[in-house]
Amino acid sequence: MVAPATLRVVRCGGSTLHGARAVFSADSYLLCAAGDFVKMYSVATEETLRVMGGHADLVTGVQLNPHNHMQLYSSSLDGSIKLWDFMDGIPIKTFTVGSKLLALYALASSEDSVFVVIPKSGERDTFQLVSVKLTKAAGQDLEAKELSVVLDGVDASPKRLAFGREGEYVASVKEVNLQVFFFKRKQLNRFSVSAIKTKSGNNHFTCIACHPTEDCIATGHADGKIRLWRNFYHKKDYTFSTLHWHHDTVMDLAFSMEGTSLLSGGVESVLVLWHNESDCQKDFLPRLGSAIEYISMSSDGALCCTLHTDNRITIINSNLRFSKSIQGLIKSTDVKTGLVVDPRTKALVLNGEPGHLQFYCLQSDQQLFSLDIVQRQYIHQAGLNQADLVKVAFSAQGKWLATVEEREEVTDPELQLKLWFFDEETQSFKLNTRINMPHEDHITDMCFREMDELEDDSLILVTAGRDCVFKVWVMVEDTDPEAQQSVSWSCDFVGSYHNYQATNCCFSEDGSLLAVSFEETVTVWDSVTWDLKCTFCHPPGKIRNICFGRLTCSKYLIGATDYGFLCCWNLLSCALEWSAHLNVLVLQPDPLSEHIAAVSWLSKESSLFVFKPNEPRPIYIQRNLCKEKIQLAAFVPRDEPETIGSEKYHWLRRSQLFFLTDTQELMTLSTKSLEERLTPSSKQLAVEESLPVTPFSLLLGKHRRQQSHEDIDLGKLVHNKHKQDSPAVKELLHTPAHVLPSASFLCPIFINSLLISKENKSAEEVADEVEMESEKTEDDSDEERGVTEMEQEDTSAMELLGEMTCKLSKSQEKELRKIRKMDYSWISAF
Amino acid sequence: MATYKPVVVQAFPKLGERITKDTAYWRGYKTPVQIKEFGAINKIDFSPVPPYNYAVTASSRIHIYGRYSQEPIKTFSRFKDAAYCATYRDDGNLLVAGSEEGSIHLFDVSGRAPLRQFDGHTKPVHVVGFLSDKYRVFSGGDDYSSNLWDIASATEIASYSEHTDYVRCGCASKVNADVFITGSYDHTVKLFDARTKSSVMTIEHGQPVESVLLFPSGGLLVSAGGRYVKVWDVLKGGQLLVSLKNHHKTVTCLCLNSSGQRLLSGSLDRHVKIYSTTSYKVVHSFNYATSILSLALSPEDETIVVGMTNGVLSVKHKKPEERKEKSQKKRQPAYRTYVKGRTYMPKQEDFCVSKPVKRVLRKYDKLLKSFQSSKALDAVLEPPIRLYTPEVTVAVMQELHRRGTLRSALAGRDEKQINLLLTFVARRVIEPRFTPVLVTVADMITDIYQPVVGQSAIVDRQFLRLQEAIGKEIDYQEELLEVLGMMDTLFATFTEKRATYLEENKSNGLTETIETNMNN
Repeated sequence: MVAPATLRVVRCGGSTLHGARAVFSADSYLLCAAGDFVKMYSVATEETLRVMGGHADLVTGVQLNPHNHMQLYSSSLDGSIKLWDFMDGIPIKTFTVGSKLLALYALASSEDSVFVVIPKSGERDTFQLVSVKLTKAAGQDLEAKELSVVLDGVDASPKRLAFGREGEYVASVKEVNLQVFFFKRKQLNRFSVSAIKTKSGNNHFTCIACHPTEDCIATGHADGKIRLWRNFYHKKDYTFSTLHWHHDTVMDLAFSMEGTSLLSGGVESVLVLWHNESDCQKDFLPRLGSAIEYISMSSDGALCCTLHTDNRITIINSNLRFSKSIQGLIKSTDVKTGLVVDPRTKALVLNGEPGHLQFYCLQSDQQLFSLDIVQRQYIHQAGLNQADLVKVAFSAQGKWLATVEEREEVTDPELQLKLWFFDEETQSFKLNTRINMPHEDHITDMCFREMDELEDDSLILVTAGRDCVFKVWVMVEDTDPEAQQSVSWSCDFVGSYHNYQATNCCFSEDGSLLAVSFEETVTVWDSVTWDLKCTFCHPPGKIRNICFGRLTCSKYLIGATDYGFLCCWNLLSCALEWSAHLNVLVLQPDPLSEHIAAVSWLSKESSLFVFKPNEPRPIYIQRNLCKEKIQLAAFVPRDEPETIGSEKYHWLRRSQLFFLTDTQELMTLSTKSLEERLTPSSKQLAVEESLPVTPFSLLLGKHRRQQSHEDIDLGKLVHNKHKQDSPAVKELLHTPAHVLPSASFLCPIFINSLLISKENKSAEEVADEVEMESEKTEDDSDEERGVTEMEQEDTSAMELLGEMTCKLSKSQEKELRKIRKMDYSWISAF
Repeated sequence: MATYKPVVVQAFPKLGERITKDTAYWRGYKTPVQIKEFGAINKIDFSPVPPYNYAVTASSRIHIYGRYSQEPIKTFSRFKDAAYCATYRDDGNLLVAGSEEGSIHLFDVSGRAPLRQFDGHTKPVHVVGFLSDKYRVFSGGDDYSSNLWDIASATEIASYSEHTDYVRCGCASKVNADVFITGSYDHTVKLFDARTKSSVMTIEHGQPVESVLLFPSGGLLVSAGGRYVKVWDVLKGGQLLVSLKNHHKTVTCLCLNSSGQRLLSGSLDRHVKIYSTTSYKVVHSFNYATSILSLALSPEDETIVVGMTNGVLSVKHKKPEERKEKSQKKRQPAYRTYVKGRTYMPKQEDFCVSKPVKRVLRKYDKLLKSFQSSKALDAVLEPPIRLYTPEVTVAVMQELHRRGTLRSALAGRDEKQINLLLTFVARRVIEPRFTPVLVTVADMITDIYQPVVGQSAIVDRQFLRLQEAIGKEIDYQEELLEVLGMMDTLFATFTEKRATYLEENKSNGLTETIETNMNN
């Protein structure tokens, strides 16, 4: 196997799921566009079964093939439509259209064409609906150039176009206009609502849905109204009725399969079920977590699923009961907490839903759990100022968790510092201390003193604030026996430096020194006496990040400044060791080695530099890591050190580096090639579908694989023999029954064909014996030699076999004769 | 899917003293009854037998009060000058008192004229008492002597003149009938045995001794003098156990409670401090209007009587025990409904289906859940919530503010409701825990109802009251800032001093070297 030469950036989670409406397959799988991929989930177990990749850009449409429910069409911005066999995850065909595809619709009534929305050539921001003829020519990659324009002036969003019952008409909305095109009559009707601007927004159309059995169109508006249009055959006598519950934009609409009820969802994150299209009968499913982006129904009407803006899928029963939720990396509006690794579960911890902390498992791409920090009802409404989590820190063993939440207010920010204790019994974090207004202004950084070997009472928390001080918090034992808990946290020391804002804080590896940066200056404090030891300053620019070196480099302090300098100070000599001109956005030390990763942002591309503090030259540079700005990075320790051949990538041995980009996609660096990473999982999936992986099954799988390897290595002989046998058996099995002679005649031939020739085996044995003897004469054989000898033996067996086909040995003939003589008449009795 | 999260009502840690068993116990007294005497009260003594009358010595009289009487039930006023230290005998029948002219009078409690008179002291006698055999009386006088008298013959048995200053306090041992102690202004406490000719033990207190006390076991001695209360182990030859310095003026009187678990001390600094006799820590303290001279606790701690320099006697009675049986029992459900389903024990193979626990939401939470802001605000302005749990009201106001609906919830109210709101705000806005929220509320109310000012007298008055409250608070804060400024300057000088002190040391060292040089 050839060692891969380069590191690859691999996307491993957090892709937006709301590119297009999700689709339920006939056998209860859910298919969903996720970034450049199409993902298949099991509705029963919430697990990701398959990831189908092949598109080069965002997937914009996912539709089942109306003529074969085991196939799936997907469209992408890269201008191609792919037809998939989603059960096996195989792309069957790729049709290249050419221009960007913004939406995809497949109809049962149109035999071999699908409808796509493409930008009109030559004009900006105008789009048209075209039907694409999918040629039935052989081959995988096909050109689909037969386009016919159906409708002009449609909107880019796939929600703003819908096909009526049995594909008789197509309805599209844009701004305040609704247009309906009838295919048979080739008639285009245009309707419009008068534009009104109110406080809650305008009444532009936002989404559309068509009744499955009747001639009725439902449209959603930006002011929260839903209009039901009827009688739209004629331009003049159309009617509409209005349903109004949403106070904000209606994001999506869906009719039930029979059309008796209508589902609507919006920013409020409430799913509303309207019965019989009347205003008075409605049911609600409130508090779904975040704004609803798409609603889709399963074809049997038993399930409904909502896609949310935070990349979550909620599956809902037909009686409006919450059933399941598929959640990967929850996308929050702003990841203020940074990427933190939970030392206990090795999960990635960051902002989840508003006010929650999500624990994201990197291995399974699933959310482990979500910890409610703010513990207040979140109101889904634009323009509200609600408390959110801004800082998180774990103690070394994950026993304590400190969180800071704040509510931005014009006059004074509302701050709370909370300390959580991990309760072994309930296996979750329990609130221990709540401190109101720990600082007078925003908290900029927070860290625990990480000391593994020392007792609990040495645990110290340091918070740095914009109010020009840093505070040290310690645990205090409560002397009152009636108090519920034995320890609580209180402030021990307040430090400041020349009335500068404290921006970062960091403990050295052994916990003896605390570095706090105050704007342009880094101050180093003794963590026992809280004396100021020394200060470092390297103008110009304010300090953006600081960190101590680890292990052999623990005498260095690294700092990155605003003006694009990376400085390394020696703590022993209190002098600048080296500095480099680099605009560092993220500075992340590896907890298990001396390496430090710095991500810089230079002219619209992010670059990664890995270096050791003791030498100014980076160990590894990767330019153009990704096009998006990298916000955060984290080293996650590996369970077991990986063997990496190249010396260049040695820094990836103990831990893995993860990045979070602006668009909240999680990326990592991998030395393995794409195939290597994908194949084992897909193989496993192909074999086991959604069976849970038990230790037993793993063991069995290993055993089987070993067997197959052995087969490949040793059993060429057997394999060949089967090939030899096959013509007779094939003839027997494939000839039509009425042509075949009687069974009594065929039986001996068949049985003969199954026999394994004795002579062959004996020859092999002889060979073996010979080998054994030769081995005895030599010293104990090592494995390699064994293998080569085996190969030799194989070839000899092959030769033997070749001879055998032309003439049978005497013993074999004797055997055959014996068999022929035998009476097989008893078989014919059956 | 998340369920509705109720409004978080912030619990604030209670500042100030923590409620312990002791504070609860010592707070269980009614408001004091004040009785005016003619002069400074130098001694209060409870009769050891029921009905526990007490003798109060003030000026030239001894008043005997009944348990609940405001007026003296008996008065001994046969003194030419001031009387001192009227003390009951163990059986409560006899009373002995010293006097300014140096004579000691013995009274029968039921009689009026003195039964005996012991003459021998040449100066005023400030301390007298019975020995525990009931037949002898000890005394201490300003002539520096401590004497022992026989009651039957009215003669002096012994006289010890070992003190070198006024003898002002004393106490007899309850265990040994021959032992008594006296404390004097010569800073010593002396232990006398009637069988010997001189004192058995001398304890150096360090300050003029104002009061002494022996524990019922006789093993421990408590002396008070100056600002100190000191406890001595008599059996170990007068070893100091603890020295307590909790008063900031002279401690004048000591007293033990009936169980012997608590020690009380009264002082000229107007405080009575209560110590635990196991840990010798202050567990509670009382304040009084003026300096305290005498203090007594009735048996079973029924009454605390304190005498002060201005002649006011303060009597505190214990509140009657609250009866807890009063809480009426809820009517038990009928047997049949009560037992239904309870007796069935699930078998091993049974699958138990538990009902989902229904969460009970408070009224305001229900209204907030359905986004009815105005009604939710109405719900928390109901009297019980508004008066007893204002933090709930404020929490809901904060929640409404967070949701951006506070303004609409406050708007559109009639005169009565505005009055209610403003009363609440004006009363609570100065509490630091509510201030941030209520300032916003007050701001919004004034904003919304500005156009209608002047239309209703009630509302106008409330607005004025709010203004007054805020004005007062601002003045108060300013004063606090001033104090803070003063303290800052104090602290600044404090740190400087330390620095100069160090410098002084250095200079001292220098001068020393110079001196040695000069010597050379």
